[in-house]
Amino acid sequence: MSRRRDPVGLPGGVYALALVGAGLILLPLAALVTRVDWPNFWPLVTSEASRAAFLLSVKTSGTATCLCVLLGIPMALVLARARFPGQSVVRALVLLPLVLPPVVGGLALLYTFGRRGLLGRHLEVMGLRIAFSTTAVVLAQTFVALPFLVLSLEGALRMLPRHYEEVAATLGAGRWAMLWHITLPLVLPGLTSGLVLSFARALGEFGATLTFAGSLQGVTRTLPLEIYLERESDPDAAVALSLILVAVALAVVGLATRRATANSDPGD
Amino acid sequence: MTPITQPRLRARFLPLCLGLAASLGLAACGGSAGSTTSSSAPPSSAAATTAQAPATSAAAATPTPAEATLTVYAAASLTATFTDLGAQFEAVHPGVTVTFNFAGSSDLAAQIIEGAPADVFASADENNMSKVTAENLIAGAPVLFATNSLMIAVPPDNPGGVTSLADLTNPDLAVVVCAPEVPCGAAAVKVEGIAGIDIQPVSEESKVTDVLAKVSSGDADAGLVYSTDVQGANGAVVGIAFPEAAQAVNNYPIGVVANAPQAALAQEFVDFVTGPTGAAVLAAAGFGQP
Repeated sequence: MSRRRDPVGLPGGVYALALVGAGLILLPLAALVTRVDWPNFWPLVTSEASRAAFLLSVKTSGTATCLCVLLGIPMALVLARARFPGQSVVRALVLLPLVLPPVVGGLALLYTFGRRGLLGRHLEVMGLRIAFSTTAVVLAQTFVALPFLVLSLEGALRMLPRHYEEVAATLGAGRWAMLWHITLPLVLPGLTSGLVLSFARALGEFGATLTFAGSLQGVTRTLPLEIYLERESDPDAAVALSLILVAVALAVVGLATRRATANSDPGD
Repeated sequence: MTPITQPRLRARFLPLCLGLAASLGLAACGGSAGSTTSSSAPPSSAAATTAQAPATSAAAATPTPAEATLTVYAAASLTATFTDLGAQFEAVHPGVTVTFNFAGSSDLAAQIIEGAPADVFASADENNMSKVTAENLIAGAPVLFATNSLMIAVPPDNPGGVTSLADLTNPDLAVVVCAPEVPCGAAAVKVEGIAGIDIQPVSEESKVTDVLAKVSSGDADAGLVYSTDVQGANGAVVGIAFPEAAQAVNNYPIGVVANAPQAALAQEFVDFVTGPTGAAVLAAAGFGQP
Protein backbone atom coordinates (compact mmCIF):
# COMPACT_ATOMS: atom_id res chain seq x y z
CA MET A 1 0.00 0.00 0.00
CA SER A 2 2.71 2.45 -0.93
CA ARG A 3 0.04 4.64 -2.48
CA ARG A 4 -1.53 5.31 0.94
CA ARG A 5 1.80 6.39 2.40
CA ASP A 6 2.66 8.65 -0.50
CA PRO A 7 2.47 12.13 1.04
CA VAL A 8 1.43 13.72 -2.28
CA GLY A 9 -1.00 10.93 -3.23
CA LEU A 10 -4.57 11.51 -4.41
CA PRO A 11 -7.55 11.43 -2.05
CA GLY A 12 -9.56 8.20 -2.18
CA GLY A 13 -12.64 9.93 -3.57
CA VAL A 14 -10.77 10.81 -6.73
CA TYR A 15 -10.03 7.15 -7.39
CA ALA A 16 -13.67 6.25 -6.78
CA LEU A 17 -14.96 8.85 -9.26
CA ALA A 18 -12.29 7.91 -11.79
CA LEU A 19 -13.45 4.32 -11.51
CA VAL A 20 -17.06 5.36 -12.17
CA GLY A 21 -15.90 7.36 -15.19
CA ALA A 22 -13.91 4.43 -16.54
CA GLY A 23 -16.95 2.19 -16.02
CA LEU A 24 -19.12 4.59 -17.99
CA ILE A 25 -16.79 4.20 -20.96
CA LEU A 26 -15.84 0.55 -20.63
CA LEU A 27 -19.17 -0.99 -19.67
CA PRO A 28 -20.98 -0.11 -22.95
CA LEU A 29 -18.00 -1.46 -24.90
CA ALA A 30 -18.18 -4.69 -22.91
CA ALA A 31 -21.94 -4.82 -23.56
CA LEU A 32 -21.23 -4.52 -27.29
CA VAL A 33 -18.84 -7.45 -27.11
CA THR A 34 -21.44 -9.61 -25.37
CA ARG A 35 -23.80 -9.12 -28.34
CA VAL A 36 -21.33 -10.34 -30.95
CA ASP A 37 -22.48 -13.42 -32.86
CA TRP A 38 -19.06 -15.11 -32.68
CA PRO A 39 -19.77 -18.21 -34.85
CA ASN A 40 -20.76 -15.92 -37.74
CA PHE A 41 -18.36 -13.11 -36.93
CA TRP A 42 -15.91 -13.78 -39.76
CA PRO A 43 -18.50 -14.22 -42.53
CA LEU A 44 -20.30 -11.10 -41.31
CA VAL A 45 -17.24 -8.85 -41.39
CA THR A 46 -15.92 -10.24 -44.67
CA SER A 47 -19.13 -9.89 -46.68
CA GLU A 48 -18.84 -7.86 -49.86
CA ALA A 49 -20.66 -4.88 -48.35
CA SER A 50 -18.51 -4.96 -45.21
CA ARG A 51 -15.25 -5.13 -47.14
CA ALA A 52 -16.31 -2.33 -49.46
CA ALA A 53 -17.22 -0.16 -46.48
CA PHE A 54 -13.99 -0.95 -44.63
CA LEU A 55 -11.79 -0.23 -47.63
CA LEU A 56 -13.63 3.00 -48.38
CA SER A 57 -13.33 4.09 -44.75
CA VAL A 58 -9.59 3.45 -44.60
CA LYS A 59 -8.98 5.19 -47.95
CA THR A 60 -11.10 8.25 -47.23
CA SER A 61 -9.86 8.62 -43.64
CA GLY A 62 -6.26 8.31 -44.84
CA THR A 63 -6.81 10.97 -47.51
CA ALA A 64 -8.59 13.22 -45.03
CA THR A 65 -5.70 12.85 -42.58
CA CYS A 66 -3.21 13.82 -45.30
CA LEU A 67 -5.32 16.91 -46.03
CA CYS A 68 -5.40 17.68 -42.30
CA VAL A 69 -1.59 17.55 -42.17
CA LEU A 70 -1.22 19.67 -45.29
CA LEU A 71 -3.64 22.35 -44.10
CA GLY A 72 -3.53 21.87 -40.35
CA ILE A 73 0.20 22.43 -39.83
CA PRO A 74 0.13 25.88 -41.48
CA MET A 75 -3.04 26.74 -39.53
CA ALA A 76 -1.48 25.72 -36.22
CA LEU A 77 1.72 27.64 -37.02
CA VAL A 78 -0.17 30.78 -37.90
CA LEU A 79 -2.38 30.56 -34.82
CA ALA A 80 0.55 29.85 -32.48
CA ARG A 81 3.19 32.17 -33.92
CA ALA A 82 1.63 34.96 -35.95
CA ARG A 83 -0.08 37.97 -34.40
CA PHE A 84 -3.04 39.50 -36.17
CA PRO A 85 -6.22 41.27 -35.15
CA GLY A 86 -9.15 39.00 -34.38
CA GLN A 87 -6.88 36.04 -33.78
CA SER A 88 -8.86 34.65 -30.86
CA VAL A 89 -12.06 34.86 -32.87
CA VAL A 90 -10.43 33.03 -35.78
CA ARG A 91 -9.16 30.34 -33.42
CA ALA A 92 -12.61 29.84 -31.93
CA LEU A 93 -14.20 29.60 -35.39
CA VAL A 94 -11.60 27.16 -36.67
CA LEU A 95 -12.17 24.88 -33.69
CA LEU A 96 -15.95 25.09 -34.12
CA PRO A 97 -16.31 21.69 -35.87
CA LEU A 98 -15.13 20.11 -32.58
CA VAL A 99 -18.29 21.14 -30.81
CA LEU A 100 -20.67 21.42 -33.75
CA PRO A 101 -23.17 18.56 -34.16
CA PRO A 102 -21.95 16.67 -37.26
CA VAL A 103 -25.34 17.06 -38.95
CA VAL A 104 -24.91 20.82 -38.79
CA GLY A 105 -21.48 20.41 -40.35
CA GLY A 106 -23.04 18.30 -43.09
CA LEU A 107 -25.65 20.97 -43.80
CA ALA A 108 -22.98 23.66 -43.91
CA LEU A 109 -20.95 21.59 -46.37
CA LEU A 110 -24.06 20.93 -48.44
CA TYR A 111 -24.76 24.65 -48.70
CA THR A 112 -21.15 25.17 -49.77
CA PHE A 113 -20.35 22.27 -52.08
CA GLY A 114 -23.83 21.01 -52.99
CA ARG A 115 -25.08 21.46 -56.55
CA ARG A 116 -26.84 24.68 -55.59
CA GLY A 117 -24.29 25.63 -52.93
CA LEU A 118 -22.07 28.67 -52.63
CA LEU A 119 -19.14 27.06 -54.48
CA GLY A 120 -20.95 24.01 -55.79
CA ARG A 121 -23.03 25.91 -58.34
CA HIS A 122 -19.87 27.27 -59.94
CA LEU A 123 -18.19 23.87 -59.86
CA GLU A 124 -21.31 22.39 -61.46
CA VAL A 125 -20.91 24.82 -64.36
CA MET A 126 -17.32 23.60 -64.74
CA GLY A 127 -18.60 20.03 -64.86
CA LEU A 128 -17.43 19.14 -61.36
CA ARG A 129 -19.96 17.51 -59.10
CA ILE A 130 -18.97 16.87 -55.49
CA ALA A 131 -22.26 15.73 -53.96
CA PHE A 132 -22.65 11.93 -53.83
CA SER A 133 -18.96 11.40 -54.62
CA THR A 134 -16.09 9.99 -52.56
CA THR A 135 -14.66 13.53 -52.60
CA ALA A 136 -17.67 14.61 -50.55
CA VAL A 137 -16.84 11.96 -47.93
CA VAL A 138 -13.22 13.16 -47.72
CA LEU A 139 -14.39 16.78 -47.41
CA ALA A 140 -16.78 15.92 -44.60
CA GLN A 141 -14.09 13.95 -42.77
CA THR A 142 -11.50 16.70 -43.20
CA PHE A 143 -13.99 19.27 -41.93
CA VAL A 144 -14.56 17.43 -38.66
CA ALA A 145 -10.99 16.12 -38.19
CA LEU A 146 -8.95 19.24 -38.98
CA PRO A 147 -9.50 20.96 -35.60
CA PHE A 148 -8.02 17.97 -33.76
CA LEU A 149 -4.73 18.36 -35.56
CA VAL A 150 -4.70 22.13 -35.22
CA LEU A 151 -5.51 21.97 -31.52
CA SER A 152 -2.82 19.38 -30.64
CA LEU A 153 -0.15 21.04 -32.73
CA GLU A 154 -0.91 24.56 -31.61
CA GLY A 155 -0.69 23.44 -27.98
CA ALA A 156 2.68 21.82 -28.63
CA LEU A 157 3.96 24.92 -30.44
CA ARG A 158 2.98 27.19 -27.58
CA MET A 159 4.83 25.01 -25.05
CA LEU A 160 7.97 25.11 -27.18
CA PRO A 161 10.71 27.43 -25.87
CA ARG A 162 11.75 29.89 -28.58
CA HIS A 163 15.50 29.76 -27.86
CA TYR A 164 16.22 26.83 -30.23
CA GLU A 165 14.77 28.83 -33.08
CA GLU A 166 16.53 32.01 -31.93
CA VAL A 167 19.85 30.17 -31.92
CA ALA A 168 19.14 28.74 -35.36
CA ALA A 169 18.30 32.23 -36.60
CA THR A 170 21.56 33.69 -35.27
CA LEU A 171 23.38 30.86 -37.09
CA GLY A 172 21.79 32.08 -40.30
CA ALA A 173 19.06 29.51 -40.83
CA GLY A 174 16.39 30.56 -43.33
CA ARG A 175 12.71 30.54 -42.38
CA TRP A 176 11.88 27.34 -44.24
CA ALA A 177 14.99 25.58 -42.93
CA MET A 178 14.19 26.61 -39.39
CA LEU A 179 10.62 25.37 -39.71
CA TRP A 180 11.68 22.12 -41.30
CA HIS A 181 14.77 21.28 -39.22
CA ILE A 182 14.03 22.87 -35.84
CA THR A 183 10.39 23.69 -35.16
CA LEU A 184 8.55 20.72 -36.64
CA PRO A 185 10.90 18.01 -35.29
CA LEU A 186 10.53 19.53 -31.82
CA VAL A 187 6.73 19.34 -31.94
CA LEU A 188 6.64 15.88 -33.52
CA PRO A 189 4.89 14.25 -30.51
CA GLY A 190 2.12 16.84 -30.64
CA LEU A 191 1.87 16.45 -34.39
CA THR A 192 1.70 12.67 -34.12
CA SER A 193 -1.05 12.67 -31.54
CA GLY A 194 -2.97 15.26 -33.56
CA LEU A 195 -2.55 13.15 -36.67
CA VAL A 196 -3.82 10.01 -34.96
CA LEU A 197 -6.77 11.82 -33.41
CA SER A 198 -7.68 13.28 -36.81
CA PHE A 199 -7.54 9.84 -38.40
CA ALA A 200 -9.71 8.36 -35.65
CA ARG A 201 -12.22 11.20 -35.95
CA ALA A 202 -12.34 10.85 -39.74
CA LEU A 203 -12.85 7.10 -39.41
CA GLY A 204 -15.79 7.60 -37.10
CA GLU A 205 -17.38 10.42 -39.13
CA PHE A 206 -21.06 9.74 -39.66
CA GLY A 207 -23.42 12.69 -39.43
CA ALA A 208 -21.78 15.04 -41.90
CA THR A 209 -21.20 12.23 -44.40
CA LEU A 210 -24.81 11.09 -44.20
CA THR A 211 -26.14 14.61 -44.64
CA PHE A 212 -23.73 15.73 -47.32
CA ALA A 213 -22.35 12.75 -49.24
CA GLY A 214 -25.15 10.22 -49.31
CA SER A 215 -24.77 6.48 -48.96
CA LEU A 216 -23.76 4.16 -51.82
CA GLN A 217 -21.72 0.99 -51.50
CA GLY A 218 -18.10 1.49 -52.50
CA VAL A 219 -18.59 5.21 -53.22
CA THR A 220 -19.85 7.00 -50.12
CA ARG A 221 -21.00 4.29 -47.70
CA THR A 222 -18.22 4.24 -45.09
CA LEU A 223 -18.07 1.82 -42.17
CA PRO A 224 -20.23 3.93 -39.81
CA LEU A 225 -22.90 4.35 -42.51
CA GLU A 226 -22.80 0.63 -43.28
CA ILE A 227 -23.30 -0.11 -39.57
CA TYR A 228 -26.24 2.29 -39.47
CA LEU A 229 -27.84 0.61 -42.48
CA GLU A 230 -27.12 -2.97 -41.38
CA ARG A 231 -28.90 -2.27 -38.12
CA GLU A 232 -32.14 -2.10 -40.09
CA SER A 233 -31.90 -5.59 -41.55
CA ASP A 234 -29.08 -7.49 -39.88
CA PRO A 235 -28.25 -6.31 -36.34
CA ASP A 236 -25.62 -9.07 -35.97
CA ALA A 237 -23.67 -7.65 -38.90
CA ALA A 238 -23.96 -4.16 -37.40
CA VAL A 239 -22.54 -5.37 -34.07
CA ALA A 240 -19.72 -7.28 -35.78
CA LEU A 241 -18.75 -4.22 -37.83
CA SER A 242 -18.99 -2.01 -34.75
CA LEU A 243 -16.45 -4.25 -33.06
CA ILE A 244 -14.11 -3.88 -36.04
CA LEU A 245 -14.42 -0.11 -35.79
CA VAL A 246 -13.76 -0.23 -32.03
CA ALA A 247 -10.70 -2.44 -32.62
CA VAL A 248 -9.28 -0.10 -35.26
CA ALA A 249 -9.91 2.96 -33.09
CA LEU A 250 -8.32 1.21 -30.11
CA ALA A 251 -5.23 0.30 -32.13
CA VAL A 252 -4.90 3.83 -33.48
CA VAL A 253 -5.37 5.54 -30.12
CA GLY A 254 -3.08 3.00 -28.43
CA LEU A 255 -0.40 3.73 -30.99
CA ALA A 256 -0.78 7.46 -30.39
CA THR A 257 -0.56 7.33 -26.61
CA ARG A 258 2.47 5.00 -26.75
CA ARG A 259 4.24 7.34 -29.13
CA ALA A 260 3.33 10.37 -27.08
CA THR A 261 4.56 8.78 -23.84
CA ALA A 262 7.76 7.54 -25.47
CA ASN A 263 8.52 10.98 -26.84
CA SER A 264 7.69 12.98 -23.75
CA ASP A 265 10.28 14.20 -21.27
CA PRO A 266 11.63 11.41 -19.05
CA GLY A 267 11.46 13.75 -16.10
CA ASP A 268 7.78 14.31 -16.75
CA MET B 1 -13.78 42.11 -14.14
CA THR B 2 -12.85 40.23 -10.97
CA PRO B 3 -11.22 36.88 -11.53
CA ILE B 4 -13.29 33.92 -10.40
CA THR B 5 -11.54 32.50 -7.38
CA GLN B 6 -11.62 28.81 -6.67
CA PRO B 7 -14.21 28.82 -3.87
CA ARG B 8 -16.54 30.92 -6.02
CA LEU B 9 -16.10 28.58 -8.94
CA ARG B 10 -16.95 25.66 -6.70
CA ALA B 11 -19.93 27.50 -5.28
CA ARG B 12 -21.27 28.02 -8.79
CA PHE B 13 -20.26 24.80 -10.47
CA LEU B 14 -21.62 22.30 -7.95
CA PRO B 15 -25.17 23.67 -7.65
CA LEU B 16 -25.31 24.04 -11.44
CA CYS B 17 -24.34 20.39 -11.99
CA LEU B 18 -26.65 19.11 -9.29
CA GLY B 19 -29.50 21.24 -10.60
CA LEU B 20 -28.99 19.93 -14.14
CA ALA B 21 -28.83 16.33 -12.93
CA ALA B 22 -31.98 16.76 -10.86
CA SER B 23 -33.91 18.28 -13.75
CA LEU B 24 -32.87 15.43 -16.06
CA GLY B 25 -33.77 12.82 -13.47
CA LEU B 26 -37.22 14.31 -13.03
CA ALA B 27 -37.77 14.53 -16.76
CA ALA B 28 -36.95 10.86 -17.18
CA CYS B 29 -39.43 9.95 -14.45
CA GLY B 30 -42.17 12.08 -15.92
CA GLY B 31 -41.48 10.88 -19.43
CA SER B 32 -41.03 7.17 -19.03
CA ALA B 33 -42.28 5.94 -15.69
CA GLY B 34 -45.83 6.62 -16.80
CA SER B 35 -47.64 5.38 -13.73
CA THR B 36 -49.43 7.87 -11.54
CA THR B 37 -46.86 7.89 -8.78
CA SER B 38 -46.89 10.50 -6.03
CA SER B 39 -44.80 13.59 -6.43
CA SER B 40 -42.35 12.39 -3.78
CA ALA B 41 -40.77 9.90 -6.18
CA PRO B 42 -37.03 10.56 -6.07
CA PRO B 43 -35.21 11.38 -9.29
CA SER B 44 -33.68 8.11 -10.36
CA SER B 45 -30.49 8.17 -12.34
CA ALA B 46 -31.17 4.61 -13.49
CA ALA B 47 -34.32 5.74 -15.28
CA ALA B 48 -32.32 8.33 -17.16
CA THR B 49 -29.91 5.78 -18.57
CA THR B 50 -32.08 2.76 -19.33
CA ALA B 51 -34.14 4.15 -22.15
CA GLN B 52 -34.07 7.05 -24.50
CA ALA B 53 -36.44 9.54 -22.94
CA PRO B 54 -39.19 10.75 -25.26
CA ALA B 55 -38.64 14.08 -26.93
CA THR B 56 -41.13 15.99 -24.87
CA SER B 57 -41.24 15.79 -21.13
CA ALA B 58 -43.98 16.29 -18.67
CA ALA B 59 -41.68 17.20 -15.83
CA ALA B 60 -43.05 20.68 -15.31
CA ALA B 61 -46.42 19.63 -13.96
CA THR B 62 -46.76 18.36 -10.43
CA PRO B 63 -48.34 14.91 -10.66
CA THR B 64 -51.76 14.52 -9.08
CA PRO B 65 -53.68 11.22 -8.96
CA ALA B 66 -55.69 12.12 -12.11
CA GLU B 67 -52.61 12.74 -14.22
CA ALA B 68 -51.06 10.19 -16.52
CA THR B 69 -48.44 10.17 -19.23
CA LEU B 70 -48.98 8.06 -22.32
CA THR B 71 -45.83 7.17 -24.22
CA VAL B 72 -46.31 6.57 -27.93
CA TYR B 73 -43.57 5.17 -30.15
CA ALA B 74 -44.46 6.10 -33.72
CA ALA B 75 -42.74 5.90 -37.10
CA ALA B 76 -41.00 9.10 -38.20
CA SER B 77 -43.44 9.48 -41.12
CA LEU B 78 -46.23 9.94 -38.56
CA THR B 79 -44.60 12.91 -36.82
CA ALA B 80 -47.01 15.60 -38.04
CA THR B 81 -50.24 13.58 -37.89
CA PHE B 82 -49.58 11.96 -34.50
CA THR B 83 -48.44 15.22 -32.91
CA ASP B 84 -51.78 16.66 -34.02
CA LEU B 85 -53.72 13.59 -32.84
CA GLY B 86 -51.84 13.63 -29.51
CA ALA B 87 -52.95 17.22 -28.87
CA GLN B 88 -56.56 16.35 -29.74
CA PHE B 89 -56.40 13.27 -27.48
CA GLU B 90 -55.10 15.41 -24.61
CA ALA B 91 -57.95 17.86 -25.17
CA VAL B 92 -60.58 15.16 -24.60
CA HIS B 93 -58.63 13.48 -21.79
CA PRO B 94 -57.85 16.18 -19.20
CA GLY B 95 -54.78 15.41 -17.12
CA VAL B 96 -53.33 13.10 -19.75
CA THR B 97 -50.03 14.00 -21.39
CA VAL B 98 -49.08 12.19 -24.59
CA THR B 99 -45.35 12.02 -25.22
CA PHE B 100 -43.93 10.74 -28.49
CA ASN B 101 -40.79 9.02 -29.60
CA PHE B 102 -40.64 9.49 -33.37
CA ALA B 103 -37.92 7.48 -35.15
CA GLY B 104 -37.43 4.88 -37.85
CA SER B 105 -39.73 1.91 -37.29
CA SER B 106 -36.82 -0.50 -36.97
CA ASP B 107 -35.18 1.72 -34.33
CA LEU B 108 -38.42 1.81 -32.38
CA ALA B 109 -38.96 -1.95 -32.70
CA ALA B 110 -35.41 -2.53 -31.43
CA GLN B 111 -35.98 -0.17 -28.48
CA ILE B 112 -39.24 -1.86 -27.50
CA ILE B 113 -37.61 -5.30 -27.74
CA GLU B 114 -34.82 -3.98 -25.50
CA GLY B 115 -37.44 -3.04 -22.89
CA ALA B 116 -38.23 0.61 -23.58
CA PRO B 117 -41.32 1.67 -21.56
CA ALA B 118 -43.67 2.34 -24.49
CA ASP B 119 -47.46 2.18 -24.27
CA VAL B 120 -48.29 2.27 -27.98
CA PHE B 121 -46.27 1.27 -31.05
CA ALA B 122 -47.23 2.53 -34.51
CA SER B 123 -45.00 1.14 -37.26
CA ALA B 124 -44.61 2.27 -40.87
CA ASP B 125 -44.59 -1.32 -42.09
CA GLU B 126 -45.81 -4.75 -41.07
CA ASN B 127 -42.29 -6.21 -41.05
CA ASN B 128 -41.11 -4.14 -38.09
CA MET B 129 -44.37 -4.68 -36.23
CA SER B 130 -43.95 -8.44 -36.69
CA LYS B 131 -40.49 -8.23 -35.05
CA VAL B 132 -42.25 -6.92 -31.93
CA THR B 133 -45.20 -9.34 -32.08
CA ALA B 134 -42.71 -12.20 -32.51
CA GLU B 135 -41.39 -11.32 -29.04
CA ASN B 136 -44.98 -11.32 -27.68
CA LEU B 137 -44.62 -7.63 -26.91
CA ILE B 138 -47.93 -6.48 -28.41
CA ALA B 139 -51.14 -7.03 -26.44
CA GLY B 140 -53.65 -8.59 -28.83
CA ALA B 141 -53.31 -8.19 -32.60
CA PRO B 142 -52.02 -4.99 -34.25
CA VAL B 143 -54.57 -3.04 -36.30
CA LEU B 144 -53.87 -1.53 -39.74
CA PHE B 145 -54.76 2.16 -39.68
CA ALA B 146 -53.17 3.79 -42.73
CA THR B 147 -51.43 3.09 -46.02
CA ASN B 148 -48.76 4.96 -47.89
CA SER B 149 -47.42 4.58 -51.41
CA LEU B 150 -44.42 5.81 -53.34
CA MET B 151 -44.22 8.95 -55.44
CA ILE B 152 -41.43 10.50 -57.49
CA ALA B 153 -40.21 13.71 -55.84
CA VAL B 154 -38.41 16.31 -57.94
CA PRO B 155 -37.19 19.84 -57.13
CA PRO B 156 -39.86 22.46 -57.92
CA ASP B 157 -38.10 23.46 -61.16
CA ASN B 158 -37.70 19.79 -62.16
CA PRO B 159 -34.22 20.27 -63.68
CA GLY B 160 -34.12 16.70 -64.97
CA GLY B 161 -37.45 17.00 -66.78
CA VAL B 162 -38.78 13.87 -65.08
CA THR B 163 -42.31 12.82 -65.99
CA SER B 164 -42.41 9.06 -65.44
CA LEU B 165 -40.77 6.25 -63.48
CA ALA B 166 -38.87 5.16 -66.60
CA ASP B 167 -37.18 8.59 -66.73
CA LEU B 168 -35.33 7.68 -63.53
CA THR B 169 -33.15 5.24 -65.45
CA ASN B 170 -31.58 8.15 -67.36
CA PRO B 171 -27.88 7.91 -66.44
CA ASP B 172 -27.48 11.71 -66.61
CA LEU B 173 -29.87 12.20 -63.70
CA ALA B 174 -28.86 12.08 -60.04
CA VAL B 175 -31.52 9.83 -58.53
CA VAL B 176 -31.69 9.04 -54.81
CA VAL B 177 -33.70 6.17 -53.33
CA CYS B 178 -33.90 4.38 -49.98
CA ALA B 179 -31.63 1.37 -49.40
CA PRO B 180 -33.37 -1.98 -50.02
CA GLU B 181 -32.90 -2.82 -46.33
CA VAL B 182 -35.45 -0.20 -45.20
CA PRO B 183 -39.20 -0.19 -45.99
CA CYS B 184 -39.19 2.66 -48.53
CA GLY B 185 -36.27 1.00 -50.33
CA ALA B 186 -38.04 -2.36 -50.37
CA ALA B 187 -41.04 -0.63 -51.95
CA ALA B 188 -38.73 1.04 -54.50
CA VAL B 189 -37.26 -2.34 -55.49
CA LYS B 190 -40.80 -3.66 -55.84
CA VAL B 191 -41.98 -0.90 -58.21
CA GLU B 192 -38.79 -1.26 -60.25
CA GLY B 193 -39.58 -4.96 -60.63
CA ILE B 194 -43.19 -4.26 -61.62
CA ALA B 195 -42.12 -1.62 -64.16
CA GLY B 196 -39.29 -3.82 -65.41
CA ILE B 197 -36.67 -1.09 -65.00
CA ASP B 198 -33.37 -0.82 -63.12
CA ILE B 199 -32.62 2.53 -61.46
CA GLN B 200 -28.92 3.24 -60.80
CA PRO B 201 -29.13 5.65 -57.85
CA VAL B 202 -26.29 7.97 -56.78
CA SER B 203 -27.22 7.26 -53.16
CA GLU B 204 -29.23 4.71 -51.19
CA GLU B 205 -30.34 6.41 -48.00
CA SER B 206 -31.33 4.79 -44.73
CA LYS B 207 -34.24 7.16 -44.19
CA VAL B 208 -36.87 8.49 -46.54
CA THR B 209 -36.41 11.95 -45.03
CA ASP B 210 -32.78 11.90 -46.21
CA VAL B 211 -34.01 11.17 -49.75
CA LEU B 212 -36.45 14.07 -49.49
CA ALA B 213 -33.75 16.41 -48.14
CA LYS B 214 -31.46 15.63 -51.07
CA VAL B 215 -34.21 16.35 -53.58
CA SER B 216 -35.43 19.54 -51.90
CA SER B 217 -31.85 20.88 -51.70
CA GLY B 218 -31.56 20.30 -55.44
CA ASP B 219 -28.61 17.95 -55.12
CA ALA B 220 -30.67 15.11 -56.52
CA ASP B 221 -32.76 15.45 -59.68
CA ALA B 222 -35.33 12.98 -58.42
CA GLY B 223 -36.05 10.60 -55.56
CA LEU B 224 -38.56 7.95 -54.59
CA VAL B 225 -40.41 8.95 -51.42
CA TYR B 226 -43.87 8.43 -49.91
CA SER B 227 -46.77 10.54 -51.09
CA THR B 228 -47.13 11.86 -47.50
CA ASP B 229 -43.52 13.10 -47.65
CA VAL B 230 -44.36 15.12 -50.77
CA GLN B 231 -47.46 16.54 -49.06
CA GLY B 232 -45.49 17.32 -45.88
CA ALA B 233 -42.71 19.09 -47.81
CA ASN B 234 -45.01 22.09 -48.38
CA GLY B 235 -43.88 22.81 -51.91
CA ALA B 236 -40.16 22.17 -51.37
CA VAL B 237 -40.55 19.28 -53.80
CA VAL B 238 -43.09 18.41 -56.48
CA GLY B 239 -44.63 14.92 -56.52
CA ILE B 240 -45.18 12.85 -59.64
CA ALA B 241 -47.54 9.89 -59.24
CA PHE B 242 -46.95 6.70 -61.21
CA PRO B 243 -49.28 3.71 -61.70
CA GLU B 244 -46.87 1.03 -60.41
CA ALA B 245 -47.00 2.59 -56.92
CA ALA B 246 -50.48 1.15 -56.32
CA GLN B 247 -48.97 -2.35 -56.34
CA ALA B 248 -46.39 -1.58 -53.63
CA VAL B 249 -48.44 -0.10 -50.81
CA ASN B 250 -47.07 0.10 -47.27
CA ASN B 251 -49.45 -0.78 -44.46
CA TYR B 252 -49.17 0.98 -41.08
CA PRO B 253 -50.07 -1.19 -38.07
CA ILE B 254 -50.63 0.10 -34.52
CA GLY B 255 -50.87 -1.85 -31.26
CA VAL B 256 -50.77 -1.60 -27.47
CA VAL B 257 -47.42 -2.73 -26.09
CA ALA B 258 -47.66 -5.75 -23.77
CA ASN B 259 -47.31 -4.76 -20.10
CA ALA B 260 -47.79 -1.12 -21.07
CA PRO B 261 -47.60 1.15 -18.01
CA GLN B 262 -50.85 2.79 -19.23
CA ALA B 263 -52.61 -0.14 -20.92
CA ALA B 264 -56.18 1.18 -20.73
CA LEU B 265 -55.24 4.66 -21.92
CA ALA B 266 -53.10 3.10 -24.65
CA GLN B 267 -56.09 1.18 -25.98
CA GLU B 268 -58.13 4.40 -25.97
CA PHE B 269 -55.42 6.10 -28.01
CA VAL B 270 -55.34 3.23 -30.53
CA ASP B 271 -59.14 3.48 -30.85
CA PHE B 272 -58.81 7.25 -31.29
CA VAL B 273 -56.28 6.81 -34.14
CA THR B 274 -58.31 4.10 -35.88
CA GLY B 275 -61.57 6.04 -35.31
CA PRO B 276 -63.07 8.92 -37.34
CA THR B 277 -60.79 11.65 -35.92
CA GLY B 278 -57.67 9.66 -36.74
CA ALA B 279 -58.93 8.77 -40.20
CA ALA B 280 -59.66 12.44 -41.00
CA VAL B 281 -56.24 13.70 -39.82
CA LEU B 282 -54.40 10.91 -41.66
CA ALA B 283 -56.37 11.40 -44.86
CA ALA B 284 -55.62 15.13 -44.80
CA ALA B 285 -51.90 14.34 -44.65
CA GLY B 286 -52.07 12.13 -47.73
CA PHE B 287 -52.33 8.70 -46.10
CA GLY B 288 -54.65 6.13 -47.62
CA GLN B 289 -57.20 3.97 -45.81
CA PRO B 290 -56.26 0.29 -45.33
